[in-house]
Amino acid sequence: MAFNYKPYIREDKFPNIWCPGCGIGILMKAIIRAVHKMGWKREDVALVSGIGCTSRMPGYVNFNTLHTTHGRALAFATGIKHARPDKHVIVVSGDGDALAIGGNHFIHACRRNIDITLIVLNNMIYGMTGGQVSPTTPAGYRASTMPYGNVEPNFDTVNLAIGAGATYVARSTVNNPALMERQIKEGLQNKGFSVIEVVSNCHIQFGRRNKMGDQLVLRHWIKEREVPLRKAKDMSPEELEGKFVIGTFVKKTRPEYTEEYAKMVERVKGASK
Amino acid sequence: MAKPKKKFRIEVNEEWCKGCVICVDVCPTNVLDMKDMLSKWEGMVVYVKDIDKCIGCDLCELSCPDFAIEVYEVPQEEEAQSG
Ligand SMILES: Cc1ncc(C[n+]2csc(CCOP(=O)(O)OP(=O)(O)O)c2C)c(N)n1
Ligand code: SF4
Ligand SMILES: [Mg+2]
Repeated sequence: MAFNYKPYIREDKFPNIWCPGCGIGILMKAIIRAVHKMGWKREDVALVSGIGCTSRMPGYVNFNTLHTTHGRALAFATGIKHARPDKHVIVVSGDGDALAIGGNHFIHACRRNIDITLIVLNNMIYGMTGGQVSPTTPAGYRASTMPYGNVEPNFDTVNLAIGAGATYVARSTVNNPALMERQIKEGLQNKGFSVIEVVSNCHIQFGRRNKMGDQLVLRHWIKEREVPLRKAKDMSPEELEGKFVIGTFVKKTRPEYTEEYAKMVERVKGASK
Repeated sequence: MAKPKKKFRIEVNEEWCKGCVICVDVCPTNVLDMKDMLSKWEGMVVYVKDIDKCIGCDLCELSCPDFAIEVYEVPQEEEAQSG
């Protein structure tokens, strides 16, 4: 209640640039609360992004922030974590940023299990650049580059992360800000690579092309498609088509990349003495 | 003696509010509403219509993308003082 965000934001940059009703601000607040609950100092946290509406977030928060190039946020973040394994590295990425142009970095960060928390804001479209189709635009829905309805099959962020080896994997939506915060906190606690997908509304670029140009209409559309993981377990793949299963899918431990790397360095140093 | 009902206070930052109506939509007890403000992008901002109905669930604050609404619990003594 009445959480004090002031120490964590750059007030002179407000109001933020996002369209009225855009879910990205809701995610930004959940990240701040999760970091606060971890008890971390602001100077020990780095928030890294690529390019896109979602990726504007580092401009507004008072951590160490890095706004990089499209799709490469994880590459920069890997460099930061390598150089300063003592720091806490968080990446925010759009669905295009993380899964299209940045898809390769995504799977390899999962495979390495590097201690970074990636939050993918999936608004099912390229928001910033004018509504081009993304790997998560639902089948049949329109995008500027799919004016007759999307014919491409999707990537499922969660399944992709699980398949590639991430050690914490969860999904929530903009309709569940408290759950979002809990999942981010669990991701931050995980010593390894965490992937948290947040399904969000871009009513401007996705919604308007699909008769859902109002933020509330698109938020309700998302809500109607939410299925808790508990319930999803008893549902068939056909029943789950087009649904957003929410919950925590994976929570496990596996050797972490920077620790393994440090061990190797020690080993090689020992051998050369 | 019955426990006194908790009371709340809601603060709105009209400068940051973009009039997206999400808070009005998520409030389970109809505390909030919109009022005209033609200088704003959407021509309106949120206002507190009926604070007595507030149950302090915090959903409006959690769901506001613009850091523009805050829910505070009013301490009981303070409330007694203010009449
Ligand atoms: C190398 C490169 N290619 C393309 C672009 C143009 N571009 C900027 S943002 C973007 C897509 C953004 O979509 P997404 O990652 O889903 O973010 P959103 O705006 O939806 O949050 C593209 C294609 C770019 N900036 N750099
Ligand atoms: S274009 Fe879409 S994603 Fe970008 S700020 Fe507007 S609503 Fe949000
Ligand atoms: Mg997007």
